[in-house]
Amino acid sequence: MAAKKPQAPRKTSRRQFITDVGRGVCGSSLLGLGLATYSKQSQSLAAQCLRPPGALTEEEFLAACVRCGLCVEACPYDTLKLGKIFEPVTTGTPYFDANVIPCEMCEDIPCQTACPTGAISPELKSIDDAQMGLAVLIDRENCLNTQGLRCDICHRVCPLIDEAITLEIERNTRTGFHAMFIPTVHSELCTGCGKCEHACPLEEAAIKVLPLEIAKGELGHHYRLGWIEKNQAGGSLIDEVLDLPDRLPGTK
Amino acid sequence: MKASVGQEAIDKKGWLGAHKFLLLRRVSQLGILALFLMGPLYDIWILKGNLSSSVLLDTIPMTDPFMLLQSLSAGHTPELTAIIGALIVFSFYFIFGGRVFCSWVCPVNLITDSAHWLRRKLKIRASTKLSRKTRFWVLAMTLILPFILGTMAWELINPVSIFHRGVIFGMGLGWVVLVGIFLFDLMLVEHGWCGHICPLGAFYNIVGRYSPIKVSAYQRDKCDKCMDCFTVCPEPQVLKMPLFGEGKGYGPMIESADCTNCVRCIDVCSQDVFKITTRLPIMAEVKQ
Repeated sequence: MAAKKPQAPRKTSRRQFITDVGRGVCGSSLLGLGLATYSKQSQSLAAQCLRPPGALTEEEFLAACVRCGLCVEACPYDTLKLGKIFEPVTTGTPYFDANVIPCEMCEDIPCQTACPTGAISPELKSIDDAQMGLAVLIDRENCLNTQGLRCDICHRVCPLIDEAITLEIERNTRTGFHAMFIPTVHSELCTGCGKCEHACPLEEAAIKVLPLEIAKGELGHHYRLGWIEKNQAGGSLIDEVLDLPDRLPGTK
Repeated sequence: MKASVGQEAIDKKGWLGAHKFLLLRRVSQLGILALFLMGPLYDIWILKGNLSSSVLLDTIPMTDPFMLLQSLSAGHTPELTAIIGALIVFSFYFIFGGRVFCSWVCPVNLITDSAHWLRRKLKIRASTKLSRKTRFWVLAMTLILPFILGTMAWELINPVSIFHRGVIFGMGLGWVVLVGIFLFDLMLVEHGWCGHICPLGAFYNIVGRYSPIKVSAYQRDKCDKCMDCFTVCPEPQVLKMPLFGEGKGYGPMIESADCTNCVRCIDVCSQDVFKITTRLPIMAEVKQ
C-alpha cells in the first residue's frame, strides 16, 4: 500500500515536537519516580515471608520472577502464596509463611521444576540443600525445653532430626540436679522449611524461621581463627611464647 | 455521540448479527480466564499459571514477552523455557495483530469497555486531552526503571497482571487499582487506560506493526457516514483515512497498529463496509 500513500505526511513543527517530547518525558518520569519510590519501599521482604526453596537472593529474585504463579500451582501442599498489592511482599511474587503452612520439602521440588525463568534456581539439586531461611530459637525464656520440660516437638518434626536441630544438654540451675535439653539449630544444615515453627505448641512459636540475612551474623572478613589457621598451616603461625626467666624476690 | 449505537445494523442484521464479534470477544476473554481458573477450582489443568507466564496442557510454555523484557532489563538472564515461551507468544501476536491481545485476551478490556459503555449511556462527553503517544513514553519508562532499580517496578502496580493474577490467585486489595481505572476511563479520559497509557498495549502495538491480519473498509463507497463505528471504536483515529481518505490516496485497509482488531466496526455497520482481511491478497487485488 506504500505506493498509494500521499507524498507528504502531516508535518509536525519543531515546536510541536519539542512540546510533545517534553510532555511525554516529564509525565512518564513523574509516574516513574512515584513507582521507584514505592518499589524501593516494597522491596524489603517482611521477616515472616520466606521464598520457595532454591530461590535466588532477594535482589536477583525480584529481577527474575515474572509473577506467574506456576510454582504456587505446582505446590502440592498449598504452601506457596502470591503476594497481593499493599501486602508486605512484592506484588505477585511467591512466598510462604511457615507459621501457616510450612514447606514439606518434596524430593522432586515441583515448584522449582515449574519455574520458567530460573527465579527458583535449577542449581538446587537436592531439597536438603535448600536455604529458605534459618530456624532460630528466638524466645529461650518461653521455650518449654528451657523450663526443663521434654517438649522436644521442634526436634522431632525436623526433617533432618538430630542434624539440623539437636538437643544440647545443659544443667538445670532451677532444680540444681536436672538437665535441660535445649533445641539447637545448626545453620549449615537447616533448610528453613519451617516445620519446627509450625509445630511449636506455644501460643506464639518460640522457634521461628527467619530469612538468612536477618538470622545470620557475619564475621569480620579480616578475622582469622587461630586454631583453624594453625591446623591449616600444620603448626603455630607465630613463634613460641618467649620464656623469660622468672625473677623472684630474693634471687639475683 | 448517539445513545443508540448500531440501531440500523440491529434492524438490518438482527441483535445477534450486530453483536456477533462483541459476543465472540467476550467469550474469548472470559473463556481464557475460565481455562486458567479450571485448574485451581476443579483440578482440570488445561492452562497453568497466568498471562505473565503459563503452560498449555503441561507442555507448551507461553511467556509474556513484555514481562521477559522487564526481567532482562532488571539484569536477569532467564531460563530457556521462558525464552521459548516468549517467542511463541511473540509469534502469535506478530501474526494475528499485536493488539488482538488487548481486545480478545486482556481482562482489563472488560473494565474499560464497560466504562465506555456507561460513558455513552450517561452521555459523559468531557474528556481530558491526553496524547495517545503517552503509552509509548510509559512503555519506555517501564523498561528503563528495572534497569536502574534492578526490580520490575511496573509489575508492582500493573493493573493487567494484578487483575488476571487476582482472579486466579486472590485479589486482595487489587480491586482498588481496577476501580481506579474504571473511574479514570469513565470520568477523566475517554478510552483513557487502554488507548493512552497502558504500556502493555503499546508493546503489543509495536509487536503487531507488520501483522498481516487487518480490518479493511473495503466497501467504503457504501458508507453512509452514520459514524457508529467511530463511536464504538476504541482507537477511532485509525478509521478516518481508510474510510474517508480515498481522495488523498489512502487505501481502505486499517493499517495503523493502534487498531486492536476488535472488529466491533463490522458489528455496528449496517452497510457492511468492513471485513477482516489479510494484507497479501489485497496487494494482489491492487496489482490487477
